[in-house]
Amino acid sequence: MSPVIEVRDLRKTYGAGDTAVHALRGLDLTVEQGEYIAIMGASGSGKSTLLNILGCLDVPTSGKYLLDGIDTGDFDEEQLSLLRNRKIGFVFQSFNLVPRTTALANVELPLVYAGVRRAQRRERALAALDLVGLTDRTHHRPNELSGGQQQRVAIARALVTSPAIVLADEPTGNLDTDSSREVLGILDRLNASGRTVVLITHEDSVAAHAMRTVRVVDGCVHSDGVAGVLV
Amino acid sequence: MRIFEIAAFAVRGLTANKMRSGLTTLGILIGVASVILLIAVGNGASSAVQQSIAGLGTNILTISPLRAQPGSTVKPLTTADAAALVGPDSPDVKYASPVVSAQATAGYGTTSYAISQFIGSDPRYFETTNSAVAQGNLFSDNDVQQARKVVVIGATVATQLFPGLDPIGKSMLVNNIPFTVIGVLAAKGSSGLQDADDMAVAPLTTTQNALTGYGSLTQIVVQARSADALPNAQAQVTTILNGRHKITTTPDYRILSQDQLLTARTATTETFTVLLASVAAISLLVGGIGITNIMLVTVTERIREIGIRKAVGAPRSSILGQFLIEATLLSLFGGALGVAAGLIGSQFTIAGIKPVLVPSSVLLAFAVSALIGLFFGSYPASRAAKLRPIEALRHE
Repeated sequence: MSPVIEVRDLRKTYGAGDTAVHALRGLDLTVEQGEYIAIMGASGSGKSTLLNILGCLDVPTSGKYLLDGIDTGDFDEEQLSLLRNRKIGFVFQSFNLVPRTTALANVELPLVYAGVRRAQRRERALAALDLVGLTDRTHHRPNELSGGQQQRVAIARALVTSPAIVLADEPTGNLDTDSSREVLGILDRLNASGRTVVLITHEDSVAAHAMRTVRVVDGCVHSDGVAGVLV
Repeated sequence: MRIFEIAAFAVRGLTANKMRSGLTTLGILIGVASVILLIAVGNGASSAVQQSIAGLGTNILTISPLRAQPGSTVKPLTTADAAALVGPDSPDVKYASPVVSAQATAGYGTTSYAISQFIGSDPRYFETTNSAVAQGNLFSDNDVQQARKVVVIGATVATQLFPGLDPIGKSMLVNNIPFTVIGVLAAKGSSGLQDADDMAVAPLTTTQNALTGYGSLTQIVVQARSADALPNAQAQVTTILNGRHKITTTPDYRILSQDQLLTARTATTETFTVLLASVAAISLLVGGIGITNIMLVTVTERIREIGIRKAVGAPRSSILGQFLIEATLLSLFGGALGVAAGLIGSQFTIAGIKPVLVPSSVLLAFAVSALIGLFFGSYPASRAAKLRPIEALRHE
């Protein structure tokens, strides 16, 4: 079985000429089905750029990115939006919920673009909200929810389409300790049920939840190994 | 399949900011309503003019003197000229009424009123101008010969000078000369740009004595025996006048038939309508620019939201669709309200003109407002749809 994510010689350059910034300089990474990976690195190391490319939110300058065995380099914008919808669940540091829209409607959003019928959509969205423990907050708007609750809505939205991978860019970066623990607990449970999870973090305590830690330095993988044991 | 969902997003986007949506709608409303209403007013004015001219009959010729040109002399039109136009040399001319007119200030008791047209003529004048008497009597040929100081007044003069009184038999002062009111004419209404009832008619001789003096007549109104005889009558009148004025090249008078008058007046009111319509079109355009502006602001303000939608898999077409539907809904809604406002507004008399709706203008204004939504909405919408998700999400 092919890996969920296979990245070969990935490069990303912003700008051109003398002012060019090389965010990624030939990065290789393979993620197998069901893995739980923490990506760590200093600011500017290129880890966010990497996650954005993995999430098809950005395109690499060169290199290969195979998602579920599919080469994304051949895809146009319409096909990429389809990939984002079906294969990827993305969780942002700043939650990124649609304002003035209820939690339920936010979770339903990817299903609307997937063309799922209303009744089925509602059922799946409620199930996802149940999974993150927010059944009593379905009709609250983002500004009526705490940070931890907002992030749990965002996670529900990320997993409602049953994606191949869940990507999380510093999901606990804006949360207090209790909320962080809840969010990480949900991600742990997702992984335990077989979902592939890739998250970015600064904190070792967060990285400790993962099976494997990848350190990115200057746009390359510096070290890669099971949690706590770097090789 | 998703078009309904996308429309629902658009409606939610509009209702999320009711104030802004309302003001944009108002802009389009005013544009559409003013197009419909101003064209209706212009059309109403021109049909009023046509009616009043058509009311004069199709067998009328109006002769008026021309201004003197350098190097030429102008003979005045006289009562003798008018008299000469009826005779064996002009079998197709039925009547020729000499007409003088002037502005005059009339007074009764402490009330005074400036009459815009004080006309002196003979009794035939009433027939040729289709003026019916509402109260009292018209003056007679005998009154003209005797130069009696009698006057028949228009409806406007009657209400201004004798409010709540019966004017018949009252003595009113015209430029300090007492005239006895013997009749009031039936109201004709406004002919678009001037009030046809703001007038008074007195015998020619009296008016010349009291007001205008014995210079050139203002007009000679000639009535032909029938509408078909009009060209012959015009030729006969021209021959007689040329003989009397010893004209060899350019005449020193001008003959206008009702047809020509109608054409000239219609051209004037058409210009007026075009002017009104272009003012209205500009306001519609401004409304459209308002929509573009609002859509640009909306898109800029919601770039993050667009990024979120794209991140969860919204294709370009659905983002484009959502914002296009928002813009189109705004302008359609504004357009519909504008049509309603235009239709209601045209029920009222505006500046003395009864507006006459032009159905095509309603259709045009509505269609243009819908197109404005599509056209002016498409630029910001396509800008929004083209953004890459990560660029949109990073936007602050």
